[in-house]
Amino acid sequence: MERQPILSAKDIEITFSMRGKYLKPIRKCSLDLYEGETLAIVGESGSGKSVFTKSFIGMLDNNGSITGGSIMFEGVDIAKYTKESDWLKIRGKKIAMVFQDPMTSLNPLKIIGEQIREVIELHQGIKGEESKQMAIEMLEKVGITDAANRYNQYPHQFSGGMRQRVVIAIAAACFPKILICDEPTTALDVTIQAQILDLIRNLQKEMGMTVIYITHDLGVVANVADRVAVMYAGEIVEVGNAEEIFYDARHPYTWALLSSLPQLGVKGEPLSTIEGTPPNLYQEIKGDAFAPRNTHALRIDFIENPPYFEVTPTHKAKTWLLDPRAPKYEAPHAIQKLRDKMKK
Amino acid sequence: MENKEVLLEVKDLQITFKNGRREFVAVDDVNFEIYRGETFSLVGESGSGKTTIGRAIIRINPTTKGEIIFNGKKINGKIDKKLDREVIQKIQMIFQDPMASLNERAKIDYIISEGLYNFHLYKDEEDRKNKVEDALKEVGLLPEFASRFPHEFSGGQRQRIGIARALIMDPEFVIADEPISALDVSIRAQVLNLLNKLKKEKNLTYLFIAHDLSVVRFISDRIAVIHKGRIVELADSEELFLHPLHPYTKSLLSAVPIPDPQIEKQKKLLVYDPSMHDYSVNKPSWVEILPGHFVYGNEEEIAGYRKEIND
Repeated sequence: MERQPILSAKDIEITFSMRGKYLKPIRKCSLDLYEGETLAIVGESGSGKSVFTKSFIGMLDNNGSITGGSIMFEGVDIAKYTKESDWLKIRGKKIAMVFQDPMTSLNPLKIIGEQIREVIELHQGIKGEESKQMAIEMLEKVGITDAANRYNQYPHQFSGGMRQRVVIAIAAACFPKILICDEPTTALDVTIQAQILDLIRNLQKEMGMTVIYITHDLGVVANVADRVAVMYAGEIVEVGNAEEIFYDARHPYTWALLSSLPQLGVKGEPLSTIEGTPPNLYQEIKGDAFAPRNTHALRIDFIENPPYFEVTPTHKAKTWLLDPRAPKYEAPHAIQKLRDKMKK
Repeated sequence: MENKEVLLEVKDLQITFKNGRREFVAVDDVNFEIYRGETFSLVGESGSGKTTIGRAIIRINPTTKGEIIFNGKKINGKIDKKLDREVIQKIQMIFQDPMASLNERAKIDYIISEGLYNFHLYKDEEDRKNKVEDALKEVGLLPEFASRFPHEFSGGQRQRIGIARALIMDPEFVIADEPISALDVSIRAQVLNLLNKLKKEKNLTYLFIAHDLSVVRFISDRIAVIHKGRIVELADSEELFLHPLHPYTKSLLSAVPIPDPQIEKQKKLLVYDPSMHDYSVNKPSWVEILPGHFVYGNEEEIAGYRKEIND
C-alpha cells in the first residue's frame, strides 16, 4: 500500500542549551505520518516523545531549537521556520495539540465559550454571533450537554473529564489536519478515559483528522493506535503496526515495556522491570543508548549504534539482535503469553 | 481468615462537608477491616470518596459518625497528644498529586528528612544523610538529587520523592493515594515491586487508593469498590475480577484498557446507570453473599446475584 505521508520528519535533531551545556533530547528521529491514521508514540518520561512532537508546531522552549533534519508538511520544510508569524499559520490551525492536564491548559478567569471562540476568531476570521454559534456547536460535538448554558461557565465549574472535552473542542475547533494528543487521559479516571478515547476516535472519523497519541499506557495504545512508534533516549527504536508491536516486538526495549505491564504480573512475584535509568543526555552516547540496561546486549551494542533492520515493510527495529550474525534471542516468555493471558 | 489480626477497623463511617448551610455527605455507612500485612484497595472514580476515607484515617478530615480503630485504639475524633503523635508516625500517606505535595522552596534533602527532624529518628547528621540517600536509591532516584529543588523534577520523579518521604519514617500502615497514576509503565512496575518488597520485609500494611483496576489486581489482597461514598462490593481480588456482581464493578472492569490491540478494539464498554436501582420501597443492605465477598443491594438484587453465582 503506497500512501503519501501527510507529515514527514527526517533525521530531526533537537538541541537544548542549559547553563552553557548542550543536550540533545532528540537524536536523528525520522517519522512518517500518513493521512487519517492514528499513530501512538510510546516511551518513558524523558524519552523525548513530547519534545519531538512539540517541534512539529514550533513549541519548543526558548532554549531549544531544531539543529538538523527536516519536517515536510504540505510541501514546506517547517523545521526551517524561525519566525512566530510563520508558526501561527500552522499551530492550532493545521496542527493542534491537546495537553495532558486539563486543569492547567484552560484559562481559569475566562468563560469556556470565549476560550473556544478565541481560537475560531483568530484562525478562521469569523467574528461576532457566528463564531459564538460555532463555539456552541463545537461544545455539543464533544458531548457537552446544555452547551448554550455551559458556554458561559468557568473551568472550575467543570469536572476533569468535561474540562478535557473542552480542551479537545478548542483543539478541534479549527478542523486541524493533525491532532497531537499528549497524554490526553493520564489525569483522568478509567471510565472517563474510555469516554475521551471514544470521543477522539469519533471526531477523527467525522473530521478526517490524523491523530498522534503520546502516551506511556500500552492499554491506551492497544485501544487507539493503527501504528506504534517506540522512543528511547531521543531515538525511535521500533516502529510498526499495532499488531506487529504487540504480537511480534523485536526490540529489547519494547519487550521490557510490554513485560513490565501489571496486567502480566503474577501475584507474589515481582513484576519485570527495566533496571537502571535512561542515559544522561549531556554526554555523548556511544553505541546503543539502551545497551547498559539491556539484558540481551551484545558487545557491539556498546561500540556502535545499530541501524534500522526491516522486519516487514511496515515494521522496523533498531537493534543489533536483528543482524543476521547476531545470536537468536526469543522474546521474553511473559510477552509470548500475553495473548492467552489477555483472553481471560 | 479468622486468625488474621485486624490492624485497622472502620465502623459505620460517615463524613460530611459543610458549605455554608448546605451539608454534603461524602462518605456514608462505610465498614471494612484491614488485616495486618495485607494490601487493601479502595477503587472508584474521582469524587467517590475514596481519598476522603484515606484522609479521615490519617486525621486530616474530621468524621461525623462512626469509628476508626487502629491497633485497638480509636483514632478519630478527639484523642490525646501522645496517641496523635503515634498515629502521625505510624500511619504515613503517599499523596496523589506530586506537583502539590512537595514544598517548592525546600531542597529534596529537607523534604525527605522533615519527618526525621520532627521525631528525631536519626543518630547524627551522617546517619540522616545516609538514610536520605538510601531512601532516594530505593525509589529509583540518584543520591545527588538530594541537593536539588522539586521544580527540577518531572511529575514521576516527584512522586518517587513523595514515596521516599513516607517510607523513611518506618511506618506500620501506609495509605497510598493513587501513588502510581502519574508514573511511567516501567517505573510503575519498579514502584509496585518496591511496595511489595517493603511489605514483606517490614510487615507493612497498605491501604491502596486507585482507579486503575489492572494495577490494583496485581498488588492487592482484597478490593473494595466504592461509588458515591458507599462501598458497593468487597471481595478477594481474584474473586472480584472473576466474579464481579455489582453492575458498577462490572462497568469499571470493562473500562480497564487491555494491552492487546485485537481484543481491545472489539471490547464493549458497560455503562453504569445508578437509576437502575429502585431503593424506594425495598431498602438495600450490606450482605456477605459468599464467605469474604460482600455486596450492597436490596433483597431482590441479592437474589439476582445469588442466581448469578449458581449459574
